[in-house]
Amino acid sequence: MSSTASPTFEPAEHHHDHDDPIELNPPESWTDPKRYAWMLAVLIPMAPFGAYIIDQLTGVGAVYWLGPLLIFVIFPGLDHLIGTDAENPPDSILKWLEEDRYYRRVTYAWVPVQYAGLIFGCYLWAYGGLSTVESIGLAFTLGTVNGIAIATAHELGHKRESLERWLSKIALAPTFYGHFYIEHNRGHHVRVSTPEDPASSRFGENFYAFWPRTVYGSLKSAISIEKKRLERTGDGFWTIKNDLVNAWLMSIVLFAGLTAVFGWVVLPYLLVQAVIGFSMLEVVNYLEHYGLLRQKKEDGRYERCQPHHSWNSNMVASNVFLFHLQRHSDHHAHPTRRYQSLRHYEEAPELPEGYATMIVYALIPPLWRRIMDQRTVDHYGGDMSRLNIHPRKREKILRKYGTPAT
Amino acid sequence: MAKFECPECGYIYDEADGNPREGFPAGTKWADVPDDWNCPDCGVRDKIDFQQVGG
Repeated sequence: MSSTASPTFEPAEHHHDHDDPIELNPPESWTDPKRYAWMLAVLIPMAPFGAYIIDQLTGVGAVYWLGPLLIFVIFPGLDHLIGTDAENPPDSILKWLEEDRYYRRVTYAWVPVQYAGLIFGCYLWAYGGLSTVESIGLAFTLGTVNGIAIATAHELGHKRESLERWLSKIALAPTFYGHFYIEHNRGHHVRVSTPEDPASSRFGENFYAFWPRTVYGSLKSAISIEKKRLERTGDGFWTIKNDLVNAWLMSIVLFAGLTAVFGWVVLPYLLVQAVIGFSMLEVVNYLEHYGLLRQKKEDGRYERCQPHHSWNSNMVASNVFLFHLQRHSDHHAHPTRRYQSLRHYEEAPELPEGYATMIVYALIPPLWRRIMDQRTVDHYGGDMSRLNIHPRKREKILRKYGTPAT
Repeated sequence: MAKFECPECGYIYDEADGNPREGFPAGTKWADVPDDWNCPDCGVRDKIDFQQVGG
């Protein structure tokens, strides 16, 4: 690793001994410029209410498509207007920053608002007098909200506290993606940026080839991880202690309850928004590690995930709405670190745009290739042996970019 | 009873407590924890990365 101005990647001494007394007084030399901006993140789950209010005021029913409008127009626009921020909290205050409970309360507040919006959406489908096109738009909007909810669930699911782990599962229930909590923490983080990881996209693999591989592969991986644990505990797979079983039950109860209250009319829309929601997560997975590869060491283990194994972005607007998910290298180095403390690394590869704009590129494969492929090759100085290449396209890619140096 | 700490996140495996959720009842020796087991909190360090702490 080259040393740069950015923070030390692997501190010689870990800084998180939980028995140490924690300094409760904030350091006077540093204030968090994004501190109050994080509250804006809770605007996202308010989208269904926002759409309804705008419809009532203006009579423009197209506003029920607010979710896609946010992702494809509003966030890319805000990212360009507000720009980037590479501000890092100093190492010395990280512990204090982690313990400041204000930050986690913002994530706790997110989940009840998400559920209020979901129930309100069902009310609108059943009794709102919406046209079919407006109802489908609302399904896309709720899908967007519940997809972004996976980012919130992701922040919560990496924590030790059982309240946060439960909130994480609750936030995942509307997309039927409870297995993410298992697969992400114990599967994806272990195998990230290797050919074995279903949730790391490969160089030359377009989003539509990645989608089935990650949706199916992540589910399979979650089952095998949980099966192994329950074999050790002696409980067997079919038990309520199985975190997949209890998470999926939560989704079934939720969907059945909403259908019982609002009628069959809501069920197809609920299913549509669930698919949109988890596809949002998967498209974000697609852009986080595209083409990046960890090398195998002599002992057969992969090298540790380094800053250069994740794509990052410092776009302020999308970082605020995604709880710093785009500071992805630090997240993979320190998975339990809270969002407010995640740092920017100079040596980590940077996406040319924030996640919102990159999602648009990912959905249009020729555009994605034009924006990302040369950038990925350049990131490794043209050494093709260092890329995670899609096997089906390997020969074609090597003809185009040269053979791997040995 | 020995204790072993994850060098990344500070999780401590205490043989006295084991980790029943992970399938290691109280009293399970570190040697009886499988080698391919990784940290239950951060997931990014394996058993062989853990360091013994305390006494």
